[in-house]
Amino acid sequence: MSRISDRFQTLRGAGRTALIPFVTAGDPDPGTTVPLMHAMVGAGADLIELGVPFSDPMADGPVIQRASERALAQGMSLHRCLDQVRAFRRDDAETPVVLMGYLNPIEVMGYDSFAEAAAEVGVDGALTVDLPPEEGHDLLEALRGRGLDSIYLLAPTSTGERIRRVCAAASGFVYYVSVKGVTGAAHLDLDSVRSHLDAIRAATDLPIGVGFGIKDAATAAAMGRLADAVIVGSAIVGRIEALQDRPAEVPAAAGAFLAELRRALGT
Amino acid sequence: MQTATPEGAYALPDEHGHFGPYGGLFVAETLMQPLEELRQAYERYIHDPGFQAELDADLRHYVGRPSPIYLAERWSRELGGARIFLKREDLNHTGAHKINNTVGQALLARRMGKTRIIAETGAGQHGVATATVAARLGLECVVYMGAVDMARQEANVYRMRLLGAEVVAVESGSRTLKDALNEAMRDWVTHIDDTFYIIGTVAGPHPYPAMVREFQAVIGREAREQMQALSGRLPDALVACVGGGSNAIGLFHPFLADPDVALYGVEAAGEGLETGHHAAPLCAGRPGVLHGNRTYLMEDTDGQIIETHSISAGLDYPGVGPEHAWLKDSGRARYVAITDDEALDAFHALTRTEGIIPALESSHALAYAAKLAPTLGRERTILVNLSGRGDKDMHTVAAREGLCL
Repeated sequence: MSRISDRFQTLRGAGRTALIPFVTAGDPDPGTTVPLMHAMVGAGADLIELGVPFSDPMADGPVIQRASERALAQGMSLHRCLDQVRAFRRDDAETPVVLMGYLNPIEVMGYDSFAEAAAEVGVDGALTVDLPPEEGHDLLEALRGRGLDSIYLLAPTSTGERIRRVCAAASGFVYYVSVKGVTGAAHLDLDSVRSHLDAIRAATDLPIGVGFGIKDAATAAAMGRLADAVIVGSAIVGRIEALQDRPAEVPAAAGAFLAELRRALGT
Repeated sequence: MQTATPEGAYALPDEHGHFGPYGGLFVAETLMQPLEELRQAYERYIHDPGFQAELDADLRHYVGRPSPIYLAERWSRELGGARIFLKREDLNHTGAHKINNTVGQALLARRMGKTRIIAETGAGQHGVATATVAARLGLECVVYMGAVDMARQEANVYRMRLLGAEVVAVESGSRTLKDALNEAMRDWVTHIDDTFYIIGTVAGPHPYPAMVREFQAVIGREAREQMQALSGRLPDALVACVGGGSNAIGLFHPFLADPDVALYGVEAAGEGLETGHHAAPLCAGRPGVLHGNRTYLMEDTDGQIIETHSISAGLDYPGVGPEHAWLKDSGRARYVAITDDEALDAFHALTRTEGIIPALESSHALAYAAKLAPTLGRERTILVNLSGRGDKDMHTVAAREGLCL
């Protein structure tokens, strides 16, 4: 049983909706990432999605694009992300960590080398945005061989057939993209989300996280009533950006925001 | 996928969009179903006689096809060697081969009931060709263009705006063509219901590489017949520049099953391959995944895409169509690179000996032909795809000579 499944089972038993923050590794600087991760756990994060910066983040809106650019400008890389997870694990053996990013850095490292390194430093799963199951068989096998979960996206455009195909490959949880758009998009249609989640639940027992478009306590609370997990990215990264010249203040500020979301979700 | 062109045994891409290990569908989940719908619509209409008749009529009466083939007699004599023929895509409406593809995709967009067209552009030629067909069909049009490219191609920006398109400056990343493509993808995913994304080259996720190839293969189909009529046989070599590679694939594809026709794709060596300042992923890059397909890329050791350099904005792209990657590995085509300076020399040579001002992109192909011709006898023939005219490049060439127009 993976650390991710364990965590969701515990939460389900406690009737608690998971809170999953996304931050870009190395933003606003590499030294802030590990303290930031600990602060988010302290404020009620149940799982952390750590964004691997990429030069061409096609599925991301401007806020996360800029975070990637800041991180890359300071020399961040997939290798350094893995080092950060290793450092995080020294003080936190329980909170699951999922790496979220694009395929090319993993291609360059090699699927087996990546899976081995990720497992060794304490990563629990990978979400590769531009790798649908149709193209993802080899990476999936490499990750599975090391006991790592493969997290996949589902979207408002996913048909019933696609939902079944994606869920058959997925483990840990599935990530429902709540809007047609990029990360940080504005509008949220709760009725549409509800009907799609029903369709996904009919295809899988995996927990479902919902992300894209959750920006404050109110939207988190509304989504928390529908999903097993609420994923918040751009809203946190935007707050980090506002403090980019004062990185020492980032962990506390992100923690305060997450605590607000945690209260809205119920504890 | 079945191809509508008679290329014998060559049946790539496969049903999943793969050319050997290249190509494929590497996009976020939100785009998977829209791409499937596009594939189905494309496969249905490309075999539909009504669609083909409308496409043929547009190519003839609106684009001005067939484009002629011209023997560059004086230039060939000056070079001493093979006779060089030019496929005159520069004479098409809007001045380049790009419109062959935008006419086809726009007809498809209308058949699919889409009311809004988006596109990325580098030099602005594809943006102009897209804005042109959108104006004609009365479709809303948004073109994404890197802020750096907008500054060096002001005239094309103005042309697109005259045609009624909205031109959006892309300020992310390197602010060139690759970033414009990222931004167009983001627009598409946000407006998926009413929007058709006209990709301008044989890259991107399946079915784009196959679809754009099909719309551009009219170049090679015409050229086969024209060369046989003009010289009594097929050319010994085809030469075309390769950025994303659509004019090259369009010319090469109907000749793939002719083993005696050598194929040369010419990349931009910029300031020289050894300087690292170039845009030659096939000659100096390695395979990776970007913009929806696996292909050769310019990337660093951590898999980040690096900035490219070429005097020609249309070749300034870190990837290349996946079929070129396959043709390289299979050895069917050879890929070479030409520097900025060599391209400029060819630009001037053709202008002065033939009275034809070529685009800087096409000048790369001309420069390689100028190297190749003297190594071949006078009885041999080379066909160069003159993919575009050079009017858009006046400022760039003048600036090289210290002039400001």
